[in-house]
Amino acid sequence: MHAKDYIGFSILIGMVLVMPHLVGNDYYVGVLVFAAFNCLACIGLCLLMGYAGQISLGHGAFIAIGAYASGLLTTKMGWSPWTAMAAGAFLAMAIAFIVGIPTLRLKGHYLAMATLGFASIVHIVAVAAVDLTGGPAGVLGIPRIGLFGFSLDSDIQYYYFAWTAVVIGLYLAFNIIDSRIGRGLRAIHGSEDAASAAGVNTSVYKIQVFALSAVYASVSGSLYAYYVNYIDPGPFDVMHSILLVTMVAVGGLRHLWGAVIGALLLSLLPEMLSFAAAPLQAIGIEYKPDYDIIVYGTILLLIMLFLPEGLFAGLAAGCKSAWNLFKKILKGRPFVRE
Amino acid sequence: MFIVSFASILHAGEKEPYHIGCAFAITGKAAWLGEPERNTAVMIAEQINKAGGINGHELVLHIEDTQGSNTRAVNAIKKLIKKDNVCAVIGPSRSGTTLASIPVVQQAKVPMLSCAAAASITNPPEKREWVFKMGQNDSDAARRIYEHMQENGIEKVGVITGTTGFGDAGRTQLKNLKDEYGIEIVADETYAPGDTDMTAQLISIRKSGAQAVINWSIVPAQSIVPQNMDQLKMDIPLYQSHGFANIKYAESAGESAEGSIFPAGRIMAAKTVPADHPQKEVLISYKNAYESSYDDQVTTFGGHAYDAMHIIAKALEKVGDNPAKIKETIENMEFVGISGVFEFSENDHCGLDKTAFEMMTVKDGRFVVLDR
Repeated sequence: MHAKDYIGFSILIGMVLVMPHLVGNDYYVGVLVFAAFNCLACIGLCLLMGYAGQISLGHGAFIAIGAYASGLLTTKMGWSPWTAMAAGAFLAMAIAFIVGIPTLRLKGHYLAMATLGFASIVHIVAVAAVDLTGGPAGVLGIPRIGLFGFSLDSDIQYYYFAWTAVVIGLYLAFNIIDSRIGRGLRAIHGSEDAASAAGVNTSVYKIQVFALSAVYASVSGSLYAYYVNYIDPGPFDVMHSILLVTMVAVGGLRHLWGAVIGALLLSLLPEMLSFAAAPLQAIGIEYKPDYDIIVYGTILLLIMLFLPEGLFAGLAAGCKSAWNLFKKILKGRPFVRE
Repeated sequence: MFIVSFASILHAGEKEPYHIGCAFAITGKAAWLGEPERNTAVMIAEQINKAGGINGHELVLHIEDTQGSNTRAVNAIKKLIKKDNVCAVIGPSRSGTTLASIPVVQQAKVPMLSCAAAASITNPPEKREWVFKMGQNDSDAARRIYEHMQENGIEKVGVITGTTGFGDAGRTQLKNLKDEYGIEIVADETYAPGDTDMTAQLISIRKSGAQAVINWSIVPAQSIVPQNMDQLKMDIPLYQSHGFANIKYAESAGESAEGSIFPAGRIMAAKTVPADHPQKEVLISYKNAYESSYDDQVTTFGGHAYDAMHIIAKALEKVGDNPAKIKETIENMEFVGISGVFEFSENDHCGLDKTAFEMMTVKDGRFVVLDR
């Protein structure tokens, strides 16, 4: 990790600690809990997409695997939430290996299609295997997870718990990209052939990072199940996989901070828009929920057009040029190219 | 999610307004449920406020869009309870979103009147103290179908269901109740919501020697079953579920749907309900009010919102806006509504029985109450 990343961590941890006091309402705390789940899944997805350069439109499926493993093992087998979560993560990893070995031989659109197909299959199983998954009626009565004998009953307790998981996940991810594996992955992203020629075992690395990102998604799914206490196939459809990819792409593929920012932005956007609705109404414009989709589309389009590297890279570049301009002003020559 | 809290045209005195929360699937895949529910709730709130509010208190609605998604529903219900401080919640529209929201209202101790139908919404009662349900029971629809079959000497049936929550629940109920009515299910077929041809399933039903077909689904694909039966020249009776009670489905099935028999809430054929029926008056008044306010036909789902609004209004009138008192009042309430005659109790938070359904048929492209 670089010094800048430590600064980033301090800001993140500071914000996590301060936010509940700022928002001061259980409802907003709840929104931030859901944002934490998305963050965790996006960190894993960013390792795969941004660093290894492999696209996956199937991560909703791994979230579903984690959620269903946790839901079913706790309610039907009476396992403890922690063991069930570990079992879910292990299962997701195993499935990622099985799915990854053939699919990661594919490239570009074909890899995207294969993972999309996988997401679709898992969703169909969740809907149709009624005896196993409860079908469309879902799994009821999933317990809350406990920590050192305390049950995390209130939203605020769960908020700190979920965001601690995000911080730990992020820290681990940073360590991985700074290791030999991380350098190998970036080499694969640059050019798979060149990486291979330089002695990187590309296929093994790709599958390993795919499995790792599946574990992130699975843990995020388990945390979701323990928070909502009910799951049905609805939240784990193909559209959710696409939303995750969008979050990572909006934030910026090439950096883990981008995944965090993208996940936060898109999770909180509906709430931000509802803040905007009240002042709009005050000046006589009636903002209807139906307009949501137009606003989303516009924001995505603007980011893709003007910040193709994502929000994080865009913000970083913006800060840098502002800093340069500031330095030039200090020297008294703001309009001279150097 | 947006606050569409609207101020009434007439300010109903100086008293504190009563706040009611609504969480409907106004947009998204289940918009056909949420939209009539929202429209109805808004219409009734306007009516009540125009008449001076409830005991002089203005009624303020806070409407949230769940988009049919569990996560959004949970957030919406939390927002209504914790931010808008509502004394009761109407919705959500779907069974899944309702089940996801139950832990929230159970913890917050605020009554929620769901507009969905799954039996698990109000069962087991000891874990659903704060949850009420406006939708009729699937099991009662199955009972009405089986009763009609018994009267007509049908013993062997072929069942064909859609693979959605609604279809799956129906399939389970039909299987659970068959022995009670001496019915034998000789064929059990399914179709996906996107299927465009059910000939294969119907041929195997024909081969099984079934005396009637039960088609149980809520998706548009169900309209293909009567058409395929026509093409196959199957002249055994076709029974459908209450999921068929949408005139658009009858329209898309055309001629072939004529004469098919299904249980449905009386609102679908309000005009042909006998004049002496206790619901007749509310049915006609709601139908007229809704169809004159909106360029749309009444639906069962809007009816759920009608019932929920009036039940809460009655409770507010009696005990004010204390959530615990509202819950207690509803538990002891009798109410003649759109979906049936509700008789709530501590252990029955649905309050409807099989009489909530009327057997109907399609005649000249319209729904009419079946002559006995």
